[in-house]
Amino acid sequence: MTIRFILLVNKQGQTRVAQYYEYMRLEERRALEGEIVRKCLARSEQQCSFVEHRNYKVIYRRYASLFFLVGVDGEENELAVLEFIHCIVETMDRYFGNVCELDIMFHLEKAYFILDEMVMNGCVMETNKLNILAPIQLMDKSS
Amino acid sequence: MIRNVRACKTAAEERGVIAKECANLRTAFKENDIEYRHRNVAKLMFIHMLGYPTHFGQMECLKLIASPGFPEKRIGYLGLMVLLDERQEVLMLVTNSLKNDLNHTNQFICGLALCALGNICSSEMARDLAPEVERLLNSNNSYIRKKAALCSVRIIRKVPDLAEYLLGPASGLLQDKHHGVLLSGTKLAIQLCETHPPALDYFRKQVPTLVRILKNLVVSGYAPEYDVGGITDPFLQIRVLRLLRLLGKGDPDASDIMSDILAQVATNTEANKNTGNAILYECVHTIFGVEAIGGLRVLAINILGRFLANRDNNIRYVALHTLIKVVAIDTQAVQRHRNTIVECVKDSDISIRRRALELVCALVNDGNLKALTRELLDYLRAADSDFKADLTAKICALVQRHAPSKLYHVEIMLRVMVEAGEYVTDDVIRFLVVLISNAPELQGFAVRSFFQALRSWRGQESLGVVTVWCLGEYGEMLVNNTGLLQGETPLQVAEGEVVQVLESTMKDARATPTLKAYVLVALLKLSCRFASCSERIKWLEEQHRHSLVLELQQRSVEFSAVLARHDKIKATLADKMPALDEVAYRSRRADLAPDAAARAAAPTGQPSANGALGTAGAPGAVRAAAVAPAQAQVLADLLDLTADDSAAAPTTAAAVPAALLVGCWTCLEGSVRLLLLLLLRLRQGERTCCWTCSPWAMHPHPPLLLQRPHPWLLLQWTL
Repeated sequence: MTIRFILLVNKQGQTRVAQYYEYMRLEERRALEGEIVRKCLARSEQQCSFVEHRNYKVIYRRYASLFFLVGVDGEENELAVLEFIHCIVETMDRYFGNVCELDIMFHLEKAYFILDEMVMNGCVMETNKLNILAPIQLMDKSS
Repeated sequence: MIRNVRACKTAAEERGVIAKECANLRTAFKENDIEYRHRNVAKLMFIHMLGYPTHFGQMECLKLIASPGFPEKRIGYLGLMVLLDERQEVLMLVTNSLKNDLNHTNQFICGLALCALGNICSSEMARDLAPEVERLLNSNNSYIRKKAALCSVRIIRKVPDLAEYLLGPASGLLQDKHHGVLLSGTKLAIQLCETHPPALDYFRKQVPTLVRILKNLVVSGYAPEYDVGGITDPFLQIRVLRLLRLLGKGDPDASDIMSDILAQVATNTEANKNTGNAILYECVHTIFGVEAIGGLRVLAINILGRFLANRDNNIRYVALHTLIKVVAIDTQAVQRHRNTIVECVKDSDISIRRRALELVCALVNDGNLKALTRELLDYLRAADSDFKADLTAKICALVQRHAPSKLYHVEIMLRVMVEAGEYVTDDVIRFLVVLISNAPELQGFAVRSFFQALRSWRGQESLGVVTVWCLGEYGEMLVNNTGLLQGETPLQVAEGEVVQVLESTMKDARATPTLKAYVLVALLKLSCRFASCSERIKWLEEQHRHSLVLELQQRSVEFSAVLARHDKIKATLADKMPALDEVAYRSRRADLAPDAAARAAAPTGQPSANGALGTAGAPGAVRAAAVAPAQAQVLADLLDLTADDSAAAPTTAAAVPAALLVGCWTCLEGSVRLLLLLLLRLRQGERTCCWTCSPWAMHPHPPLLLQRPHPWLLLQWTL
């Protein structure tokens, strides 16, 4: 019933953001990422956004050149996770202003901060954009 | 730095750049450079994300956490969460800093600490810091409360004993107004209910509160900050629905209170956007999870029906997924959507196809079997190969379980083998063979239809095997057109043609050694019944005397010997197999699954002196012990016969083998060889040692489909 990992991967298969909510060794992570990304990239627009891989269900959505992948286990509501992915994208868009892949790459820590505000320990914590961005904007102002 | 990495064109170049950066970072850390420490750690995180090892930076994170400034602390905690995990020992050093930060006055710093704790704490840390977190649950600040709640979720997961202390604060959270707190609070409640069953009763009292929250969300007007696509805070709605599901399970009173609001959500939510659909989906799940009244269930199934008809693949997938669960509860309602589901089996998306196939199998009953199987068979022709295997297995399982008549079973299996013979498994073939041998009225039909199918053989092994077996057993039925069923047209097949077909099958490049072995046996059997072709058959059997495959060589030699020298017993040898015991076979198949492990461990080839089993029979030995007394009597008689003084006249010797043959006939392959051995020995006047023979019926795997000779038989043979 929880999110196991959130990945942002570009069209060439390079990972841009990787947040894991469970322990996995480094080699396992890379192997996992490689397999899942290959599966998702191979699918077309018409097909389902849900892929089953080992014991996870991976829900993905493509925004321009980035794939947002969320791996869940158990009986999670897939459509709700799709909504959540959209919420992440909108929040980042609000913060960066017309976010694109380069923004995320060059401000990696900010992307992580945003994710941390939204999800904790695999559970969705906050979905209100104002609340999420408040601490981050505060920190930007102070530094 | 990032720009440099991006500029790299090859992986090796990237590794070089990263290595240089790591070296720089290591120097910087050693020099204790305070100013740029947080930037260095940020670089380290980037490198870690690319997949390179970054252990050397862990202490830096700790130092950052200990520093007083907010940005540094922030990066430090982030580094902590990304680079470390709960199993590292370095984590223990952080506990003190965490404790200080938890007590900090600044809400954001406190929040940071909670966040870090929530993501990676281990059970010792959880135990240490639990009292702090509990205190923070009651704090005035909603930001803190929200984070503390989720942190507690993790604590409970790690240390379930602490659950009782958190019950009180948790229910307090549910009264809150702030949506973030509510979201976390409900999650905490869900976690408590899952790990700590007494919590269920505690929270059931909160059901009216939850219903009220949901009502406010559904009915309220436009609230800009929580609005997603026209619906107010869908995430909270979904979470509350899930909590209601947990609370209502098995409790009719609570379910009663919820039914109104469930109906309201189900009817009022707009279904044209994904958000609405997500809520409806959760609602449907909840309706089926609680003790809902019939009307609500009908509503839920209607929603699912609408989902199925939706063009969006995601929605259809989700509907199919839920319907599988619903089928167990209410099959009738799902039957109405059968046609749509069958359409989904043919969809282009593999996830949908798989789900639809599972659902179809769950839906099958005796009434709709024929229609459904027809659809599935039509699709089998068009399916792609990885799906074909699944589909074949499912069709076979369905037919085996629900076939209305044996004739239907045989027909369908024939069609399946023609379309997808490569994917049919051995036990399906076995089942079919048992069935045919027990249905004398179908034998003629079976042999005729399989023979016709073999004429257009494309190399499917299963089809070849079954046809050859049928030809061997019932070849004369084919030639004489016996046992014609109503509506069947008689075939004009000459004996020579049958032999011709067998010969070409054997010569075919696609025939496996197994198949060739069956052809040899079939030819032997036919040699007695087709008198005109016996010369040709004899010649064919001799072809494989020098084959490199042991099984083929052995059979060829033995059968040629039989054909050349032992005319008297040839007829008995080549007689039909007796009907295989169907009931015992089915029950043994049911036993087979747990025995498979034991069988694998059982040593093969242990000849034992007294009526014991053949190779794979160690677990069967238990069963055989029960069967043994009856069989042992027969065997004892036979053994008595063999112990006869060998000075007896050759006629007695000839008669003896006949009796033995009859008794041990059922073991098709192995006994033939042993009997020949016995024959030859008796002719020469030697005594034979007692040997063991497993009456075929006792064998866990009918030797018809043996792939290799019994090792113990080979042992005997060498004796």
